[in-house]
Amino acid sequence: MNPTTFFIFTTLLKIVGIVFVVILPMVSYAVYAERKVSALIQDRLGPNRVGPAGLFQPIADAMKFLLKEDFTPAHVNKFYYWLAPCLAMVPAITTIAVVPFGSTLFGVPMVIADINVGVLFVFAIASLGVYGIVIGGWASNSKYPFLGGVRSTSQMISYELSLGLAVIPIFLLIGNLRLTEVVQYQIDHGWMIVPFAGDWRNPLAWLLAIPMWISFAVFAIAVFAETNRLPFDLPEAETELVGGYHTEYSSMKFALFFLGEYAAMITGSAIIVTLFLGGWHFPGIPDGSHGWIFGLINIFVFFAKIVVLLFIFIWVRFTLPRFRYDQLMRLGWVFFFEIALVNIFCVAAILAFHAPPFPKHGLQADESDHGIPGGKMGPAVA
Amino acid sequence: MSAIVETIEAMERPPVTMTSRLEGELLEVSMGPQHPSTHGVFRMNVALDGEIVRKLKPVFGYLHRNHEKIGENTSYLGSMPYTDRLDYFCSMTNNWAYALSVEKLAGIEVPERAEYLRVVLAELTRLQNHASLLGFLLSDMGAWGTPLMYAFREREKILDLFESLSGSRMMCDYMRFGGCRVDASAEWLARAKEIVDRFPNFLDEFEKLIVENEILIARTQNVGKLSPQLAISAGITGPMLRACGVNYDIRKVDGYGYYPRFQFRIPLGEHGDTYDRLMMRALEMRESISILNQAFEQIPAGPIMNPKVKVRAFRPPVGEAYGRIEAPKGELGFYLISDGSPNPYRYRVRPPSFINLTILEDLCLGHTVADVMVILGSVDIVMGEVDR
Amino acid sequence: MLRDYLPVLLQIIVAVGFAASALIVSVLLGKAGRRTPIKDSPYECGMVPIGEAQPRFSVRFYLIAMLFILFDLEIVFMYPWAVVYRDMIHGHPVVFWSMLSFVSMLMIGYVYALRKGVLDWRN
Repeated sequence: MNPTTFFIFTTLLKIVGIVFVVILPMVSYAVYAERKVSALIQDRLGPNRVGPAGLFQPIADAMKFLLKEDFTPAHVNKFYYWLAPCLAMVPAITTIAVVPFGSTLFGVPMVIADINVGVLFVFAIASLGVYGIVIGGWASNSKYPFLGGVRSTSQMISYELSLGLAVIPIFLLIGNLRLTEVVQYQIDHGWMIVPFAGDWRNPLAWLLAIPMWISFAVFAIAVFAETNRLPFDLPEAETELVGGYHTEYSSMKFALFFLGEYAAMITGSAIIVTLFLGGWHFPGIPDGSHGWIFGLINIFVFFAKIVVLLFIFIWVRFTLPRFRYDQLMRLGWVFFFEIALVNIFCVAAILAFHAPPFPKHGLQADESDHGIPGGKMGPAVA
Repeated sequence: MSAIVETIEAMERPPVTMTSRLEGELLEVSMGPQHPSTHGVFRMNVALDGEIVRKLKPVFGYLHRNHEKIGENTSYLGSMPYTDRLDYFCSMTNNWAYALSVEKLAGIEVPERAEYLRVVLAELTRLQNHASLLGFLLSDMGAWGTPLMYAFREREKILDLFESLSGSRMMCDYMRFGGCRVDASAEWLARAKEIVDRFPNFLDEFEKLIVENEILIARTQNVGKLSPQLAISAGITGPMLRACGVNYDIRKVDGYGYYPRFQFRIPLGEHGDTYDRLMMRALEMRESISILNQAFEQIPAGPIMNPKVKVRAFRPPVGEAYGRIEAPKGELGFYLISDGSPNPYRYRVRPPSFINLTILEDLCLGHTVADVMVILGSVDIVMGEVDR
Repeated sequence: MLRDYLPVLLQIIVAVGFAASALIVSVLLGKAGRRTPIKDSPYECGMVPIGEAQPRFSVRFYLIAMLFILFDLEIVFMYPWAVVYRDMIHGHPVVFWSMLSFVSMLMIGYVYALRKGVLDWRN
């Protein structure tokens, strides 16, 4: 098998494996988990009729969505009405392509596309998700979806700023936008939320923990807002706007919006895990070059971290009330925007006084292939 | 089918167009009757400027059942179970208000034990009404049912009490003019006391959940402020009035039943905003618990029904009477005119949630859509009572 | 370089394929129902819609969008700076001060916008 065929073959295998074996079942069972965990929180039983402990509920739901009447109201803009659900689903699945979900398995790196502008790719694709909601709200030609669509546009773009600003400290520290490098750096120097782990005696590394935690908090909260989860679920705000942007949707088209939201949650959690929580790394577990079993364990660790974050997503949803629209905008534009901006300069100042610089990982090894040497990055981004 | 649409359209067009050229283009939305948080089939025609409510017109009557006219064509006893359906959360207090006005009309004495039972049941009703109101309010704020489920857990216990006493959980039909229908056993009172003793635990937990929650404070403080002047001139009663700092509680003012025998305080608000209205309910529950504990101690043995009252062939003398009580939602009154026949000549209900709802527009103008739902939730309405 | 993006393309094809096939299967399997004028009308809490379905909406949403474009560009400028920062900063403090001055200039606009009440939804 020549290298190109092998590359395409393994890539397809990874894509199919990740999308159909991991992400989609995870999405369906996230819905189930949401119902079960909320039941736990609220002293209820939750779904328990379909299969043992209601475990087949997602399958029954999928069948129901497929068999429902496929109705397109007369007043909608047909083309965009059909396009919107796809636009909500596709970016969420596409973003996962650049996230390293494991080390290596049989020598094949466990990332679908190891591109050098990983984070920019994530933001570029993830922000397309807003189109699904806006177009859905607009094409419905009805007032509640319209209000939900307009709300979500301004909400999602506002929190994208905080999202973008919160990750900059990481790249100040690492000097590389490639997500595999981010994970490798964390393996060598401790996860981003414990930047002192590799360098216990360095007070500046300890000092770095403060801005890193701020970054983590801002980023995680902005992910909540980007995925329209409570306390930021204003675009669909059931108690105000009935169903928000998907009021006029039914059957599989509604299901795609619904699954898109959960897929976005999983992708968002994956990005948080990759950027701040060490990706697939867990202290004491070697990477896949030590045997395929470790490669599998690495993948398992990565998704286990995602599951923990999903649990927090659900927990928050059933604990907090919702923000009001103006409070949401003020929080995003005034509080998070400013704190993230100040945070960047704190990290920059710490790094400036920090001598000698942290040893940089991987640049020498990667430079020849497709890594980015530090100083020559500018044009590639623009 | 299209003919139906046209008739509906002709009927439902608001008579006054709400778009004003001076204010630019407003987005007119009909919220309700089929809306997740209008507490039933209530409707508001709202004109929005961005997110801000510029005009609001409440529309009600979707649940109109001709309650008062039916009351005039039914015997005095026949109306008693029907009052359960007014405010279906608090059938006990509805019963009491109706029984009180008939007792006034006919000059009936009520035995001591029955009066105590009435107080116990009315305060239990207040506990479950206020607890579930807080839950609903938080749900309207988007808390997705967790506070509601916590509140309903407590409400279940109280409804179980009602069920074992009257045979029905919500439609109790428990009181009669001249007393109560069935006596409460010693075991029942012991169970009730146990539930009341445990209730403060729930309140502590719930207050921990909500009172210092930053989002809740941001969502409720300075939202939907009501001035005492407006509240008084609009006839607002109940916790909503007291939240503006007006000391008016019919339990103290009228001293009906045996309320003068109990020691309890009337919590008063300072700002009249949604947060005060919310806290008013939490504080009133604490006072209700203290009333209940006193009642459990003082309740005497004895008959529960005045033997002189002929409930079935009841014919009060000619005259009129207005009996009112402090229902959980405010002043609930029944105005009855008797012409000596078995049916009342005039039967009129003064429903607290209907009158409290009339100032909704004043509370909501200038606030956002999200606030409207919170304000509506804090008014505490039940459409069965508003529309009658 | 292009080889890196081939998997992305494949991923997009799979994602679009999944969404499209889900919709197609639903069209094929879903039971066709009766169309009625009421079912075809937009949902407005069970009422016949009043006014226009898509009226002009508040200008504040546009202001937010405009602000976003301004500041999102700023963030894009910060990425290349962030990547080269660690290599450049030692011996070249200008790297720090230049970005600080760039951001402070933008902050003037930011403060102006806030003072003008872009986020003030009450009036």
